[in-house]
Amino acid sequence: MQWEIVIGLEVHAQLSTHSKIFSGASTAYGAPPNTQACVIDLALPGVLPVLNKGAVERAIKFGLSVGAKINSPSIFARKNYFYPDLPKGYQISQYELPVVQGGTIAIQVDGAEKIVRLTRAHLEEDAGKSLHEDFHGMSGIDLNRAGTPLLEIVSEPDMRSSAEAVAYAKTLHALVRWIGICDGNMQEGSFRCDANVSVRPRGTEKLGTRCEIKNLNSFRFLEKAIDYEARRQIEILEDGGSIRQETRLYDANKDETRTMRSKEDANDYRYFPDPDLLPVEISTSWIEQVKSALPELPQARRDRYVSEFALSAYDAAVLTGSREMADYFEAAIRELPTQAKLCANWIMGEISAQLNKEGIDITACPINPAQLAALLKRIGDGTISGKAAKTVFESLWNGELDKNADAIIEAKGLKQISDDSAIEKIVDQVLAANAQQVADYRAGKEKAFNSLVGQIMKATQGKANPAQVNAMLKKKLDG
Amino acid sequence: MTLSVSDVKRIADLAYIEIDDNEAKETLTQLSGIFNLIESMQAVDTSTVEPMSHAQSVVQRLREDEVTETDQRELYQSIAPQVEAGLYLVPQVIE
Repeated sequence: MQWEIVIGLEVHAQLSTHSKIFSGASTAYGAPPNTQACVIDLALPGVLPVLNKGAVERAIKFGLSVGAKINSPSIFARKNYFYPDLPKGYQISQYELPVVQGGTIAIQVDGAEKIVRLTRAHLEEDAGKSLHEDFHGMSGIDLNRAGTPLLEIVSEPDMRSSAEAVAYAKTLHALVRWIGICDGNMQEGSFRCDANVSVRPRGTEKLGTRCEIKNLNSFRFLEKAIDYEARRQIEILEDGGSIRQETRLYDANKDETRTMRSKEDANDYRYFPDPDLLPVEISTSWIEQVKSALPELPQARRDRYVSEFALSAYDAAVLTGSREMADYFEAAIRELPTQAKLCANWIMGEISAQLNKEGIDITACPINPAQLAALLKRIGDGTISGKAAKTVFESLWNGELDKNADAIIEAKGLKQISDDSAIEKIVDQVLAANAQQVADYRAGKEKAFNSLVGQIMKATQGKANPAQVNAMLKKKLDG
Repeated sequence: MTLSVSDVKRIADLAYIEIDDNEAKETLTQLSGIFNLIESMQAVDTSTVEPMSHAQSVVQRLREDEVTETDQRELYQSIAPQVEAGLYLVPQVIE
């Protein structure tokens, strides 16, 4: 039987506020345990939560950037469960009337665009951390993270392969960073994915029983966990078994998922509106204000790069992978408006490769857009060859000669010989000195041509413009 | 809706409340009474009434996003039963 995989994702994006969602404690990462946990985060009796405007504003920002409805009023609910990293005995979350309702995300898979629908995105507080190692049979609790604002972004079950799920997660990751609501740091847990996976016979409509895989903290694990989980479910069903709805954990070392707990029904959480928090009113003027401050979104920039600069959809998608990279690209083409494709190639090629190699972000790139443009300008006008440009690039990267491309070209003698008469002189010399190869070529040995080109390039220390050399040599030989 | 003793026990379990059989039976009577009350209220036509999420018709006040709390770990931990390395210690919980 042919099976179809059905995937929906829940992403927890930690919002980039300075303080917590319901208290004035700091959200800075990496502080000593419990030094950023105040009476509200500890849930001491008599405390009251007060909602952080910055968290609501970030949720509105997200909603607007995915074309969602912003609910007003929006209400907070208590989700009850008992775990020591949640000292109140409930998590403040949203159930009915989340801030963000609906919306869509466009993803690119194998060159085609696909729309993934969002169900909702709601605000909630994060829990603390439990440490289970060596405390004489006790667990250690750090509540620094308790109360950190999260936006839980829930998709519809619209994805049909792990590749689509990864494309969606990456697009979402780029978007939340683009609009500045989340730093996207996956190692520090700022962007966490849970995947709901089920399978059904291809061609059928009814959804299969799903399993939820928790806390996938890299795109690679997301892909592998979904692939493993789909295989597991298909094997069970093909053996005549049935899937049990449950929460599973992905073990990256063994590349498998295993049962964590059987899934509670929503009712088990006994959601009810939190009486400590009043309905949140989000005025039209507030929404308008947030909207006017939104940057141009990745999708809009992608479309513009294709129409304005004639870039391929692929190039446009790569360049808009982060706002910083897109800004870098735009700064470079401001200097060099006619060479958008050349700029794109160098940013996606040399620059990206070097950044990857050194493990740094484009914001830390030692070559600024104007310096890159100055180099590319010299490729464009034929002053240097593509090969020489790589030498100049290295020198720029290493900070030589004040990162001035022209000075480097001059100092290293990299100027290409493009003067016809100079090239002709060398071509004539090489032809005169290699009568045998000339004869070979004329007798039909194509290889002799390349060998002659090689000798001419050698005679000019690689500085002759190769296109010109080829043309002139052909003219002389075929004459 | 009719409630059974096992429903009561499940609710108690979810709420981390320990009750014995007698208490469960007693609670069943009380809860059933409340359900009956709700049932009679459901006879009222509320189709034109917007649901309230709070007893007062006021809206939530928002705080500016500023850090206003300082580190008072020592003070807070002075009343904790057990602490170590800055952590609150609790009976081990591993699912």
